[in-house]
Amino acid sequence: MNESDIRLTPIKNGTVLDHLPVGTALKILEILQLSKPEKAVTIAINTESKKMGRKDLVFLEGKELKKSEIEKIGLLARGATMNLIKASEVKSKIAIELPEKAIGIIKCMNPKCISPIEGLETKFFILQKPLRAKCFYCEKTMGEKEIANAIK
Amino acid sequence: MEFSLTDIISICDFSKKDIDIVLEKAAEFEKMPVEKKAGILNGKIVASLFFEPSTRTRLSFETAIQNLGGKVIGFADPAASSTSKGETLSDSIKIISGYADIIVMRHFIEGSARRASEVSKKPIINAGDGANQHPTQTLLDLYTIKKEFGKISGLKIGLLGDLKYGRTVHSLMYALAHYPNTEVFCISPESLRMQQEIIQDNSEKLKIFETRDLQEFLPELDLLYATRIQKERFADEFEYEQIKNVFILDKKILEKTKKSFRIMHPLPRVNEIKPELDSTSAALYFEQAKNGLPVRKAILSILKDVEK
Repeated sequence: MNESDIRLTPIKNGTVLDHLPVGTALKILEILQLSKPEKAVTIAINTESKKMGRKDLVFLEGKELKKSEIEKIGLLARGATMNLIKASEVKSKIAIELPEKAIGIIKCMNPKCISPIEGLETKFFILQKPLRAKCFYCEKTMGEKEIANAIK
Repeated sequence: MEFSLTDIISICDFSKKDIDIVLEKAAEFEKMPVEKKAGILNGKIVASLFFEPSTRTRLSFETAIQNLGGKVIGFADPAASSTSKGETLSDSIKIISGYADIIVMRHFIEGSARRASEVSKKPIINAGDGANQHPTQTLLDLYTIKKEFGKISGLKIGLLGDLKYGRTVHSLMYALAHYPNTEVFCISPESLRMQQEIIQDNSEKLKIFETRDLQEFLPELDLLYATRIQKERFADEFEYEQIKNVFILDKKILEKTKKSFRIMHPLPRVNEIKPELDSTSAALYFEQAKNGLPVRKAILSILKDVEK
């Protein structure tokens, strides 16, 4: 059986995250807190992709993502596609962009920063090329790997 | 000209125009008669909150406030504040902003001044927030350069010493990026090189060179901004011992430099600049410290009527 012959069970209502960079699917389940989901969650890791060569996929039955969740995914997997499925039909398809700001979705890893010390809502500016997150308070920046670990 | 900021938190918030306004105002203060200055903060109360010890910055701010006719409240010892009772900085600032017209603060927590600016209805001036920002130092550095050379753009400026952790050189680099054709020479031991991120952020606007050898660019430099190499930054004491003497500036270096060459240093110095240089025309560091006064007066006068 070819890899392309493998078919994932389609969902009836929910969200499909497509074109995820390889290695991000499990992290996405972690940040969506879906280690013990109530409904079906299907993932594919390192599968073939015409557009990307290899990719990850996540199928979330019965789940629509909140704005903050989409922003978190944007930090991990910019350029991914989010398909909203209703009654087995694709209702909308959007490209997930990198957010310009990240409010309350990543924590500052600088232990000397006021935001963890006083328990403030975190604020970050997202800078590109290379991807970095700059803390509004202490102005320290985190690179791509640090951002992935800092997502709340 | 309109000044765009309501608080002085980070040099990164400043536009070129904002910097120009401060530098022009500082120059005005140097020429202004004492009696005219004395009325500028008349009736104003400035809180001077030093949650961390400081001599130069605190005295320079408090002198500036008094020269402008303002009154100072505050503390120089955090043990005297409610922080020692466990009060958050946010609460302290909210309360003090009800008493004072402007708040000058230094705090060891990074981002503390930014947080203060969020909760205070009165302007906040950051006099240092841990290893993060000390914007009035950068402004007085720029003022000193402009006053000495008549310009900033196009100068060849060496940054020497601890470029990895040195707060002053990081901020200066971002500020210099407002001045086209300026060349910056980063001179440091390998382990204390300027952070690549900072070089990258400014490489389109500045010509940046890196070297481990102070002698390499010395004859070209207009200015050398020296910083202290701190022993505690080295994991290996042997490495510190090897490096510490490489960057000591003495009279000999003047044999290789231009006549107009100058040395700056944010002070305090330990052994980076030998006292034998103090009496030479190259020594600009004491003048630099003195320039803190007109620059801080300029900032206080600009912020005195700010509505947030």
